[in-house]
Amino acid sequence: LDSRLPLVDRSDGTKDSESFTAAAARDQFQEELVIRPLHSGDIYASFQFRTLWDIDFLQERQKVSHYRLFPKSLGQVLSKFSVRELHISFTQGFWRTMQWGQPFIPSPPGAELWVWFHDTVSDVDGNWKELTNVLSGIFCASLNFIDLTNTVQPSASFKPLGLGNATDHRFLRYATLPREIVCTENLTPWKKLLPCGSKAGLSVLLKSEKLFHSSFHSQAVHIRPVCQDEQCTSKAWELRQTLNVVFDLYTSSQGKKEWSLFKMFSRTLTEACPLATSSKIYVDITDNPELFELNPVTPLLSQAVVLGDRRTYSVFDLTRAETFGQLCSLNLLLRWKGDSGMNVFDGCDMLRPLLHAERYVAGFGLQTGEIHTVIYNNHPYRAFPVLLMDSVPWYLQLYIHTLTVTSKSRDNKPSYIHYQPAKDRHRPHLLEMLIQLPPHSMTEVTVQFERALLKWTEYTPDPNHGFYVGSSVVSALVPSMVAMNTNFTQDQPLFSSFVPVKEESSYFVRVYTEPLLVNLPTPDFSMPYNVICLTCTVVAVGYGSFYNLLTRTFQVDEPSLPLEKRLANLIRRIRGVPLLA
Amino acid sequence: MIKCTNLFFISHVSPGPCCLLQAEKQRGRYAALAIAAVVIVVGIPLWWKTTETYRAWLPFSEISELDSLQLQLSVDIEVVFSRGTLTPEQQKKFPLSHVNEKEHQVDVSIPELLTSPSTEADLSLHMLSESSCGSVVVYVIPETAALLPEDVKVYVGQRRTALLRSPPFKSSWSLKEVLSNLDVKVEQVVSTMSFSHQDIVAALSNRVRMAKVTKESMADSMRAIKSSPGYEITFSLLNPDPRSHSLHWDIEGAVQSCIQPLLNKLAPIANFSVDSQILYYVVLGVNPRFDNSVSAYTLSADSLSHVINPVEARLGSNAASSNPVLNFLLYVPDSHHSPLFIRDHSKREVPSNAFHSPRWGGIMVYNVNEMYGPEAEPPVDININMAKVMGVFLAQLRLMLGVQHTHPPTGFVLQSPGSAGLADWELDRLLWSRSVENIATASTTITSLAQLLDQIGNIVINDNIAQQVSSAVTSLQSAVAELEAGNLAFALQYSREAILASERAFFDPSLLHLLYFPDDQKFAIYIPLFLPMCVPIVLSLLKIVSEAKKRRADKQAKSD
Repeated sequence: LDSRLPLVDRSDGTKDSESFTAAAARDQFQEELVIRPLHSGDIYASFQFRTLWDIDFLQERQKVSHYRLFPKSLGQVLSKFSVRELHISFTQGFWRTMQWGQPFIPSPPGAELWVWFHDTVSDVDGNWKELTNVLSGIFCASLNFIDLTNTVQPSASFKPLGLGNATDHRFLRYATLPREIVCTENLTPWKKLLPCGSKAGLSVLLKSEKLFHSSFHSQAVHIRPVCQDEQCTSKAWELRQTLNVVFDLYTSSQGKKEWSLFKMFSRTLTEACPLATSSKIYVDITDNPELFELNPVTPLLSQAVVLGDRRTYSVFDLTRAETFGQLCSLNLLLRWKGDSGMNVFDGCDMLRPLLHAERYVAGFGLQTGEIHTVIYNNHPYRAFPVLLMDSVPWYLQLYIHTLTVTSKSRDNKPSYIHYQPAKDRHRPHLLEMLIQLPPHSMTEVTVQFERALLKWTEYTPDPNHGFYVGSSVVSALVPSMVAMNTNFTQDQPLFSSFVPVKEESSYFVRVYTEPLLVNLPTPDFSMPYNVICLTCTVVAVGYGSFYNLLTRTFQVDEPSLPLEKRLANLIRRIRGVPLLA
Repeated sequence: MIKCTNLFFISHVSPGPCCLLQAEKQRGRYAALAIAAVVIVVGIPLWWKTTETYRAWLPFSEISELDSLQLQLSVDIEVVFSRGTLTPEQQKKFPLSHVNEKEHQVDVSIPELLTSPSTEADLSLHMLSESSCGSVVVYVIPETAALLPEDVKVYVGQRRTALLRSPPFKSSWSLKEVLSNLDVKVEQVVSTMSFSHQDIVAALSNRVRMAKVTKESMADSMRAIKSSPGYEITFSLLNPDPRSHSLHWDIEGAVQSCIQPLLNKLAPIANFSVDSQILYYVVLGVNPRFDNSVSAYTLSADSLSHVINPVEARLGSNAASSNPVLNFLLYVPDSHHSPLFIRDHSKREVPSNAFHSPRWGGIMVYNVNEMYGPEAEPPVDININMAKVMGVFLAQLRLMLGVQHTHPPTGFVLQSPGSAGLADWELDRLLWSRSVENIATASTTITSLAQLLDQIGNIVINDNIAQQVSSAVTSLQSAVAELEAGNLAFALQYSREAILASERAFFDPSLLHLLYFPDDQKFAIYIPLFLPMCVPIVLSLLKIVSEAKKRRADKQAKSD
């Protein structure tokens, strides 16, 4: 039947065709998987699911309440809290930029949440508090631990990624929970937000026992308003669910350099999600295409400029039946030719990503310390500015006068510093700096701090483990080796279209450093009882002697004879001579 | 041999050494007594005051009054006699003059009424007297009036009016007799239009266990969702097979035309919000059985209880509010399992192909297999007939909201509720039972909270909780008073306030803070202070007592 007319059920049972309702085609869903063999021999798999909905959540007159592909729970959150943009990520493990290069969408270890509220919101803090509670319910995470003491309002580092050029950072809230542990219970609600659940399409690969048996796992939800088309005449809401995994297949398969979808996910693909308008797998074959063979072979190749690099990808379109072959099942298999694979990537020679940052705590003892942040610019001849953002909890009291920025052993004066000092138990330190990185250099930012004493109820469980300090964020426009693609097209692969590219010569990169683990002076927690006991004893002893003094009857004793007289008496008694008085 | 030193005590008798010793002992005794007195009078209260938990004052006596709450409900009933019902003598005896005026007006409008009662007639009667919420107007028309068909004794309109065919009055009857004759009829009308004993008992069923409740009204009250300040109504379209069916439903239009009028009508009871979603790849928890005789899949009634749980996992909780959710699911079976029919306990197919779960929502199975032939290329676009679906869901929604079926006595004719789906008097019925239920719930909450606070002495009661409790109590009292006065709208308003305040007080997190710091621990901590302090005091007191005894014994021996 070619006409594909929609059918309508009449009450008398006859069939009839009728025009579509207007709402039918207003939302669409795309899914995509990118597989990239990494230099270290690991496999990087990045899933992206995008739901676009041509609707405005922040409409005043009409509440959005009828959902199709967009998950209802998130939609309600958006409209209730007047959220303009929401980015939330849960990450287990640390992305090793030196070995793996840049990820498509970076995220810090633990949980990260940043939200732009609409500028009609009057009580931003109240909305933020409630929003974090609701989100912690939706994602089964401890986001309810986000409060004013770990929330900051960065002035420059986190600009909205979607439409609109909001600059008033009063409507921005940013918080991280570096201690958050991500596991299956976070993945299940995340999968539930997908229209096809985990029943069809690429999401069947998302089996938690495989995903969490990996070196790095990160899942995220990004919601933002975007342009509906190239002319940007109408606004649409984009929900992007991303999941990034790095599998260490080299060690888990006894040194054999081959991987397949089945090996990674213990599943093969049989169909695309029927609701998806596009469903594709990209395999990065840029590095040494002659050294390995990919099975099955696809004639489709695609080139994309991503993160300042031109990459070539083999494309598998799951919406076409021929992709699945005779077996009706797609299991991508990559095998290295001969044993060349063994020595291509020894894992020893590190990558030199253009921008890289790391951080550590120096110092000794439990009183003071020093935070070192080291930022590397590996570009051979270009200097570029980076924005460094640090959010330090109040119990590390930063001595901002000790802040030094040195590059190439020379003082490097930041051109912009935004510092908001902490208030004890109310807000953390926020330090934002715009630093110019000289070409091929290492810039070190140090600041000293003193550890505060906490009240005994403020210690976390297991306080001797230490206290986490969230990653610092380095955001930069890195000069690109190749011309970036600035024009917006609908059929661009999802992984290259997340961060809008404004100019051809540079691309946006955000690098997260390691979170810090700082030991605070930890008391003995039976202390309050000891203190009470000690005080009571002292009081009791004092009181006892005072009481005795007041109530006892005192008598003067007969002064006893001196020792020599007593001795003399003893002798006298033996001799029978009268005793001395 | 023994000399006293340190003498503060000056005796008027010249002190001998023995007297001095006595005086010194006396001084020691006084000191011990004084210290004991200071410890008891100042020390212990001070310690008690500084270590006690803050407990604001609660109106316990008023709360205990609430426990034995006597509800008295009164309905304003206006009985209007139309011309020809009463003899002139009887009319004269009417104490109120405005009744006559009313009568006159009715007389004017009655010619407009057609031979059978119609909506317009009802409306015109409604216009005559703007009856307030909760009241009932009964028009008594002559026995011979052709307004109502022969066999109809009472006609209940869409609003708060009823036409009552008067029983034959003897012209010799006094007014009293007339009224008492009418009494039974009016009572029937009122129990249909506002509340009956059964309704109220059912509304109180959570609080009062009574054997008198009929099974049906009990079932009604259990089916209806609990009273709450707001409800979320969620319509979900379950499409387990998006590969073969592409379903379209005009839920927005359907809600606008079918559900919204009812919700607008119910606005005084609660805030409603409606939303909808489409869920894919959702399967029922049970496998339907294929029945060869009808060549269809069937779900038997006893397997329905297993359907909901697996589905509910996908429905998603309502993130944005904590109000109870009413779920209405439209399930379109996949092509391999259609058609699917629901069978009741007597193995017959349910005509609506739907069922509901008390206080949760309803599920309707919508078969689409007849709408396309085998030649159709999947996915088949299907538009769902929303009128059919919404009819079922509307009926289920009425059940959930507690709009109960009334069983009028014979001879009663009820006007169909019209476009809003709810007549004014039906709303009143609901309001009556809701206010009673609210009052019952709020007073239960408050009394159990008071009991809890009374029992566990070291819960901190902050001022805001005390304030909530007392505002709940005052609202409850005014709600009861309003019910007594027959002001239904105010009663409901106050009962809602009471329930809100009582819940807020009951669930306040500050009540939990010191719950786990019991008295025995407190004493254990202070034992290092208490023991060394009290032991000398107690010992010296014992000593004083024993000395006094001894002295008395000595004195007695001396006197003997």
